[in-house]
Amino acid sequence: MIYSLCLLLILVGLYGVVASRQTVKIVISLLIMQHGVHLLLLLIGYRDGGSPPIMDSGQAATTFAGLSVDPLPQALVLTSIVIGLGVLALMVALCVRLYERYGTFDVTEIRRLRG
Amino acid sequence: MTTERQAGMSMIVRTVTRWLKGPILLFGIYIVLYGHITPGGGFGGGVIIACAFMLVMLALGAQNGLEVFSKGVASRLDSAGLLLFLVIGWLGTGWASGYFFANFITTPPEAWFTLFSGGTMPAMNFALGLKVASALFLVFTVLTALKIASSPGSEEDEA
Amino acid sequence: MGVMEPFGVETRTLVPLFVAVPLAASLLIQLFTRDRHFWSGWLTNITMLALVLMSIQVIGGSALYHLGGWPSPIGIDLRLDSLATLMLLVINIVGLAVGLYSVDYMKRYTASGHFYGLFLLMVTGMNGVVLAADLFNLYVFLEVAAVASYSLVAFGCAHEELEASFKYIVLGSLSSALILVGIALVYGITGTLNMAQMAGRVAETGLDAPLLLAFGLFICGFSFKAALVPFHAWLPDAHPAAPAPVSAMLSGVLIKAIGIYVLARLAFNVFGAGDSELSLLRWLGVLSMVVGGLLAVGQTDIKRLFAYSSISQIGFIALGLGLGTQLGLVGALYHLVNHAVFKSLLFLNAGAVEYATGTRDLGRLGGLNRALPVTGVTSMIGSMSIAGLPPFNGFWSKLIIVLACVEAGHYGFAATAVLISIVTLGYQLKVQRMAFFAELPESISGAVRSMGREPRLMSLAMILLAAACIALSLLVLGGFRDPWLIGAAQQTLSAGPF
Repeated sequence: MIYSLCLLLILVGLYGVVASRQTVKIVISLLIMQHGVHLLLLLIGYRDGGSPPIMDSGQAATTFAGLSVDPLPQALVLTSIVIGLGVLALMVALCVRLYERYGTFDVTEIRRLRG
Repeated sequence: MTTERQAGMSMIVRTVTRWLKGPILLFGIYIVLYGHITPGGGFGGGVIIACAFMLVMLALGAQNGLEVFSKGVASRLDSAGLLLFLVIGWLGTGWASGYFFANFITTPPEAWFTLFSGGTMPAMNFALGLKVASALFLVFTVLTALKIASSPGSEEDEA
Repeated sequence: MGVMEPFGVETRTLVPLFVAVPLAASLLIQLFTRDRHFWSGWLTNITMLALVLMSIQVIGGSALYHLGGWPSPIGIDLRLDSLATLMLLVINIVGLAVGLYSVDYMKRYTASGHFYGLFLLMVTGMNGVVLAADLFNLYVFLEVAAVASYSLVAFGCAHEELEASFKYIVLGSLSSALILVGIALVYGITGTLNMAQMAGRVAETGLDAPLLLAFGLFICGFSFKAALVPFHAWLPDAHPAAPAPVSAMLSGVLIKAIGIYVLARLAFNVFGAGDSELSLLRWLGVLSMVVGGLLAVGQTDIKRLFAYSSISQIGFIALGLGLGTQLGLVGALYHLVNHAVFKSLLFLNAGAVEYATGTRDLGRLGGLNRALPVTGVTSMIGSMSIAGLPPFNGFWSKLIIVLACVEAGHYGFAATAVLISIVTLGYQLKVQRMAFFAELPESISGAVRSMGREPRLMSLAMILLAAACIALSLLVLGGFRDPWLIGAAQQTLSAGPF
């Protein structure tokens, strides 16, 4: 059930990318889509009644492994967030430069390349 | 001639920032250094350190922010941080007998879960924190506080 | 054929260096030589030369490198097998040629030190994708290469470059999100990210519905990266707008290293795809062949024509991959190597033409054979190769693909391939006639004459690639074919843990 909410978020982001007229809105929609994907990745690692994957000094490794949620998707999401940050910075820089060159944020007017 | 944006924010914000920039920076450093015990590590801690400098830039004006942490220094620290990370990883190879990123510092079991445990991990966290903080600050600076030259073919800064 | 190791360094130690060396060089350039074009250029070229020597060193070897010493299912692995060796050779040799070329070409851009840093980052990412043995590291290195390429496409900051880069980055991020959803699904189903272990678990359960969904998502995502129709929309804008060395790298190596190579790995080694799944790849290939080829005919911009031609040739490679037979795979890999060489050569030629005349419009060009002799000769070699004229390398690889189609019973695909080869010949002849053989028009003759011949390093790079074209036509002979191509094809086809 909750996975379908992630899918909804991804679809909302996808709709935004396709239907937005402004470059900044496209960037934000991509961000929403990435949030949805990260949420999906995190939820796959979830275990009912699990504890956060931080080990106490007194805990044995086997009890920890039996109790905690899967830490691997959390590491994957962390990496993916940082990648997304880099791409976001580049996209925003491109939006700013596009505004300088074309004088508009409107995607329908930034169409010198065609054919 | 300082514009409205470059002059910083109101008196209350400036005063609070002068008090808070130290603790925020300290908190970021704490998260970076304890990255092998508590959640966080290089990425999260680096972001918080960058936030401290960004706060200074926003509240006290771009000039003051750049005096503390200039664009050139951020750029050099950025590359130096990742180079440090690679060097630590390469040291793990032991010159062709070990593996890249092998943890060649061992800690005895009674020292686990303390600050000086985890082998090379705190050092790698430190390098990552350096890189993430300077990279994020550089991105913020270039996008907001520097005047972008509008002639074609001018300098393109990467993130 | 055993391990060659001509320089006496053990293969296992070299494996992580393919990623670490260009990364370290990129960082050193950004730290020390960023404002000095000369030193950045030489550091780049020395690094690429070192990478080429390392690629030659590891021919015939295989290695499984555990990062950090952690054993296989827990740790991150780097794997070197024959397919990876082939890709590494292609990436690094083409990278060397492009690096040499860009020393002269990038003098016309400001901030050229940044270019070398980004270029080496792109090489790092591509080497990493080829060597990665678990799915998420593949994704991370893919993103490194992709982000470097987004920046490189926008490098000149002219109107078209920014617009093309924005389109590229939006579509690229979309496809990366799709790939990440696929990775999430596969991790949820098989419980591991290590490709060898994943292959074992998939083989146990077979390709049931959730795994098919993940496979479909991977095909969609990586077809974006490989620019297969209908996911090709970014390529005709991004490749012409980028500076010439970047176009050569993008069209020659990037779409193959992060697109076709990963599709081959996933389809054969991880998912063990059967004929019904591979038929999707075949149809995408044929569609790309036809659409790319037909749209290339009407172009007037020389680089845009080459970009559509890339889409068409990638279609050939995807068709060969989708056949699933050993002959098909040999043809696909041979065509991949060939296309990397002659397409980068053609883009470098187009760059030289633009460098000399200041325009890319075929209607305004002409008679460049006398003014730019090296460009003229090498572009003739490149055009004949890509069109599939015997005895050049393109002829052999296309022949093998057509024969493989006939062997597998797909006569319609074979006929289409032959037809599109003729169309390829058509538009290549158009380029040759309009740009090199006609009369030199008044409007550009002044610019051309004032430049004289092409700069030395640009000529060297083009001659290097043209020589590689001719040398590759020998690859069809038995002595070279068996260890390099057939070994790689066989290893790729064997599904399951590797």
